[in-house]
Amino acid sequence: MYDSGKIIAGLVIFIILITFPFWYNHGKASIAPDRVLPKDQKECVEEISYMTSSHMQLLNDWRTSVVRDTNRIYKNKKGKTFSMSLTNTCLDCHSSKADFCDKCHNYLAVVPYCWECHLTEKGNP
Amino acid sequence: MLEKPLFGSKKYYAWMTLLMVVIGVGVISYLYQFIVGLGTTGMSRDVSWGFYIAQLTFLVGVAASAVMVVLPYYLHNYKEFGRITILGEFLAVSAILMCMLFVTVDLGKPLRLLNMFRYPTPNSILFWDVIVLTGYLLLNIVIGWITLSAEKQGVKPPGWIKPLIYLSIPWAVSIHTVTAFLYAGLPGRGYWLTAILAPRFLASAFAGGPAILILLSLLLKKFTKFDAGTNAIQTLAKIVTYAAIINIFFFFLEVFTVFYSQIPEHMDHFKYLFFGLHGKGFLIPFMWFSITLGFAAIAMLITPSVRKNEKLLALACVLVFISIWIDKGLALISAGFIPSPLHHVTEYVPTIPELLISLGIYGIGLATLTVLYKIALSVKEEAEA
Amino acid sequence: MESSRRKFLKIAGLSVLGLGAKPVIESFAQGIEPTYSTDKKALKGKKWAMVIDVDKCKDDCEDCIAACHRGHNVPKIDNVKHEIKWIWHEEFKNAFPAQEYDNLAERLEHKPFMVLCNHCTNPPCVRVCPTKATFKREDGIVLMDFHRCIGCRFCMAACPYGSRSFNWFDPRKYLEVTSPDFPTRSKGVVEKCNFCAERLAIGKIPLCVEACKEEALVFGDLEDPNSPVKKILKERYAIRRKPSLGTGPNIFYVI
Repeated sequence: MYDSGKIIAGLVIFIILITFPFWYNHGKASIAPDRVLPKDQKECVEEISYMTSSHMQLLNDWRTSVVRDTNRIYKNKKGKTFSMSLTNTCLDCHSSKADFCDKCHNYLAVVPYCWECHLTEKGNP
Repeated sequence: MLEKPLFGSKKYYAWMTLLMVVIGVGVISYLYQFIVGLGTTGMSRDVSWGFYIAQLTFLVGVAASAVMVVLPYYLHNYKEFGRITILGEFLAVSAILMCMLFVTVDLGKPLRLLNMFRYPTPNSILFWDVIVLTGYLLLNIVIGWITLSAEKQGVKPPGWIKPLIYLSIPWAVSIHTVTAFLYAGLPGRGYWLTAILAPRFLASAFAGGPAILILLSLLLKKFTKFDAGTNAIQTLAKIVTYAAIINIFFFFLEVFTVFYSQIPEHMDHFKYLFFGLHGKGFLIPFMWFSITLGFAAIAMLITPSVRKNEKLLALACVLVFISIWIDKGLALISAGFIPSPLHHVTEYVPTIPELLISLGIYGIGLATLTVLYKIALSVKEEAEA
Repeated sequence: MESSRRKFLKIAGLSVLGLGAKPVIESFAQGIEPTYSTDKKALKGKKWAMVIDVDKCKDDCEDCIAACHRGHNVPKIDNVKHEIKWIWHEEFKNAFPAQEYDNLAERLEHKPFMVLCNHCTNPPCVRVCPTKATFKREDGIVLMDFHRCIGCRFCMAACPYGSRSFNWFDPRKYLEVTSPDFPTRSKGVVEKCNFCAERLAIGKIPLCVEACKEEALVFGDLEDPNSPVKKILKERYAIRRKPSLGTGPNIFYVI
């Protein structure tokens, strides 16, 4: 093999670089944050487990239904109805976006763009 | 063949370094625009497309012009173009690449670009434009690469490439036609609402593109061992001559219809461009300059002795290029928006960040072109040696 | 060797199928599916339209503009180039550029003409949109899905009425107060009048119509013979902006 020294050195540097995040963060994993659930409400739009795993899918369906199909009312699996609105339905119970939404989103490093347009606190952007 | 661009002369490295600097400045300017918003450009509520879309239009023409070397060589077996078809095809590749970048930097929400494919909408001409541009890019990459590989190995290109080459000919016409349709089908934009827009686009493309190809061939002759051949360059010069004349002819057809019919919605845009409207006329000097250059270039090109003198030919090609660039790359888009549908005159002047981003994209295009030409010329040199 | 590989592939294929079918079966097992429906109070129409009685419009009144822009979080931007407008004043010569003439009735010459999206029957903006972000609803409203807009501004080039605005910057910078009933927009999307689709959905008429004390703006369904717009149009002659373009504008001006 020609230039084996250079190639091996290069490979070693390459491997160190791409594994950098793993050994740099080793043993420093941060603890998953606790959601702050609303105190005065027991039930969400759907089962808590479903909401935890699929709220983004639900919100996506809501927005398509509201904007494109003129719908406003969502009747859940138990037959209870809700007005499909992020600001006016979801945030009614989950009144603190910082405590409820951001905690998990920050932990998972997801940046949903909902809040670029949808208001979090009534009357203030 | 991919290793060819890695090695070159000092001049080559210096040139590429310069391009990298230009690209770097463009990237930084784009980040600024991306973070702050398109308000960093000179565009406005009234003039909602500007320099970027104009460059797209101009460069689609450059890309389409590859057909002017491909068609004589493959359909008419015009052997003189054998050496430069690859130059035409690779020019098309880099031009289309720039087109795509210009569309992207013009988007308000570039991260949602793929919505065009998630929700394909055949009634939108922009949808078709993306399809024909992508198709043309792929065609030229495949055709260029396969024919060059065959040349490297000293064999004939495989048979299956022929249908693709024939397909690329009407496809070239289609990219500029569809690009004209972006504008020519909009009600209430009198400047663009004309059936001659697509023919004008094609005529100016077939003048401007080959003019660039002549200039590139002359540059390559000066800086490398590659010689396109006097006959090839002279034939290209004739193509430029005819196309430039047809381009001016089409322009006056439009001027006749607009000014003889006296319909204000169509006339006002021309008035703005050449005489000014409501006391505003940023583009007046550019337009008269463009017209003058266009005529000067034709006068030079139709004189055989001038055309045969390579220095004067180069000058004429530069004139053709500038004349067409002003027409398409500067005036065409903003003039369509001035006056606005509500008859207000809001002028448009590109801003510094906008120009730096554009320059950066031209840098990417030139770097791509340099790399592709480096590969092509190295292969040709080896094959001939 | 050959047969065992085939067997393995078969089993592997089946198991993949089984895994794929699991969520489908699960969802059937869960019983009633959630449903979406319109609000019972919603105003329903077949072809929403507006009639503007120009004479009733007061020269210095901006009530409709204020109500609309406040209700929809339309920012006030001083630089004309970056303005965002859903409904605004124009003079006759600008609202009807091919119809102006030298001896126009004095009362009309500097009269404010309210202009807004025409909710065309045959809208060019919908035709050109490459993502269906702008679409026409069955009730005639030309609506924008801000979530889908890529900001190519083809619709702005296509609209012959200049009814569309683009967010050249983040609009929130320019908003002092926001209405909770409607979202703001983000930078890089196009916007325009939505005929208060969000209010029709809960049984309310458009904000501009509600705000007009002079009753100069009238809203209704053109297909409903008893609607207020139909009643006016039966008796009065009305003009529309650039009818020759074939867009079929649905804003009528009684002059």
